[in-house]
Amino acid sequence: MSAFAALLARDIRLATRAGGSAMLALAFFAAVAALVPFGIGSEPKLLARVAAGVIWIAAVLANLLALDRLFQADYEDGSLDLLALSPLSFEGVAVAKVASHWLTTGLPLTVLSPLLALLLHLPIAAYGALLVSLLIGTPAISAIGGVAAALTLSIRRGGLLLPLLVLPLLTPVVIFGAGAILAKLDGIENGAIWLLAAFSAAAVLLSPFVAAVALRLNLSE
Amino acid sequence: MFSYANPKRFMELSGHILPWLAALTAILFIAGLYLSFAAPPDYQQGDTVRIMFVHVPAAWVAMMAYGFMALASLVGLVNRHPLADVAARQAAPLGALFTALALITGSLWGRPMWGTYWQWDGRLTSFLLLLFLYLGYIALWNAIENDVRAAKAAAILALVGVVNLPIIEFSVQWWTTLHQGESIIRKDGPSISAVFLWPLFVMATAYTVLFFTLLIVRMRTDILDRRARAAVLGANA
Amino acid sequence: MTPLELLEVADLACERGGRAVFRDVSFRVARGQALVVEGPNGSGKTSLLRLLAGLLAPADGTISLCGSGARVEDREERGRFVGWLGHQDGVKPQLTAREVLRFFAQLYGGSSESIAALLELVGLSRAADLPCQYLSAGQKKRLALARLKLCGRPLWLLDEPLASLDAQGKSLLLGLLGEYLAKGGVAVIATHDPIGLDAARLQLA
Repeated sequence: MSAFAALLARDIRLATRAGGSAMLALAFFAAVAALVPFGIGSEPKLLARVAAGVIWIAAVLANLLALDRLFQADYEDGSLDLLALSPLSFEGVAVAKVASHWLTTGLPLTVLSPLLALLLHLPIAAYGALLVSLLIGTPAISAIGGVAAALTLSIRRGGLLLPLLVLPLLTPVVIFGAGAILAKLDGIENGAIWLLAAFSAAAVLLSPFVAAVALRLNLSE
Repeated sequence: MFSYANPKRFMELSGHILPWLAALTAILFIAGLYLSFAAPPDYQQGDTVRIMFVHVPAAWVAMMAYGFMALASLVGLVNRHPLADVAARQAAPLGALFTALALITGSLWGRPMWGTYWQWDGRLTSFLLLLFLYLGYIALWNAIENDVRAAKAAAILALVGVVNLPIIEFSVQWWTTLHQGESIIRKDGPSISAVFLWPLFVMATAYTVLFFTLLIVRMRTDILDRRARAAVLGANA
Repeated sequence: MTPLELLEVADLACERGGRAVFRDVSFRVARGQALVVEGPNGSGKTSLLRLLAGLLAPADGTISLCGSGARVEDREERGRFVGWLGHQDGVKPQLTAREVLRFFAQLYGGSSESIAALLELVGLSRAADLPCQYLSAGQKKRLALARLKLCGRPLWLLDEPLASLDAQGKSLLLGLLGEYLAKGGVAVIATHDPIGLDAARLQLA
């Protein structure tokens, strides 16, 4: 098993054990979505119109939950030093961590989303668009969130700062993600899914390098 | 501290220029305000068009300040020049202020047209997000205890922000067309007539000079702060 | 593990937070030798080890690893030669001792076959499948020692290795060190407490 695979496997194991972040994120996702009708009323037509946006916002927030600990936990217990000295490059560490985050948060969210769509009266015709947009968009959330996590890993209570840093940068994801679903609902082609794919691809490809710079910085100062 | 040899020169130079810059700012503002009131009222918006002379330059400087911050960050990261870090750090609150000003004046400008104090207009929304970017940058600087680390982390954030900014703006523009493209406060309207150009140009220059004047003041204060701290702590140079 | 011939440090200077921690530190440690670094708190013992490991960049001076005709000075490259035992044990509370060792074996490219024997050696065979949150500080330190041996790197950097260890743990550490040095390993150890090792000493501050 390669060094990269070892780190990926370890982090997945950690996230899925009792008290790990995977279940937490799913529960939070469901809780936020379920809270909405209490705030805006349960009228089906209204919910149907906001369902796409609500699910997307809930997905972004649930993803943010575990992000602040992504690198911080390893930084605090000395594991990050050991990773730095391993054959794995900092870029490799960043990719493994972000990938494990997506596999244990973004992906399960995507799988659970049709259930929430049901609760929020999203028309069935839009389910496909929902799944595709979340599948393509959540990696970008993990990637950009990973960069912010690497920047803030030395800050105690950095979890409060992370959403402020990340949310403006994630605006395009929410806009295109929800936009793709709305396109299906309105029966028009607005190219949102392609814009989302392009943004996501760029984010996923570039973020490991930026995160690696941040990791090096935080270890050596 | 140890690597602050250069700031001496900066302090001397800036001490000389500052009074002149301040005077220039004052002159430009007087000229600009005069021209703004002398310009004829717009046939559509009447006298309220004059808010444009306060709003548009604020918006330009808000964006320019972010670009400046990103550039200073890059220089700080690559060259490790400590003045660059100071410049970036001190530019941020100024940028945030100008952004807030742009938002407030934009809101006031739109009120007669919209009937409300806020619309999710493409331009205004972008500036709201820009404000968050500034606040995040400032918060990051303040949250990291180690100064060197804070400078570099903030620099990375600024660069990520400056790359993302066009994308964010594009996505917001796209989003406004999605949800009924409404009448927007356009930076320059369908076409800006020459009689408005001069006041705009003078005010924009005034705002820019103001920004740099304030920036230099803030940088000097920052450097003096560090010196005072170092003297108190008795750090070995 | 291919042993190093020499660890060479010349005119090393360290700065943290804008302040000079130490200056003009030079030494050489040859194959099979150890260096004990002593000094009060704040004298820079940990910083020195982090500099040697390449985790920190020096303010001045050079650090080189020489072996099989090659000379390595680059920070990240040097790190590949280092077996690190820091203040923190790098042990995840949710993983079992066996899982921890297996992870490091895969991460560092060591062999997984010796894991059972290693656990036996450090006295963790019975606790091997308990989550590490149930281990005592001394047991976690011994697990870290097992990890150190597992990774098979030619330069060991130990930061306060005696912390949390009882008399038995201490003799385990000395045993491992002795065996390692006999095989040609190079070790630099930072410590307050007398370590009872026959080695050169460096006094910081």
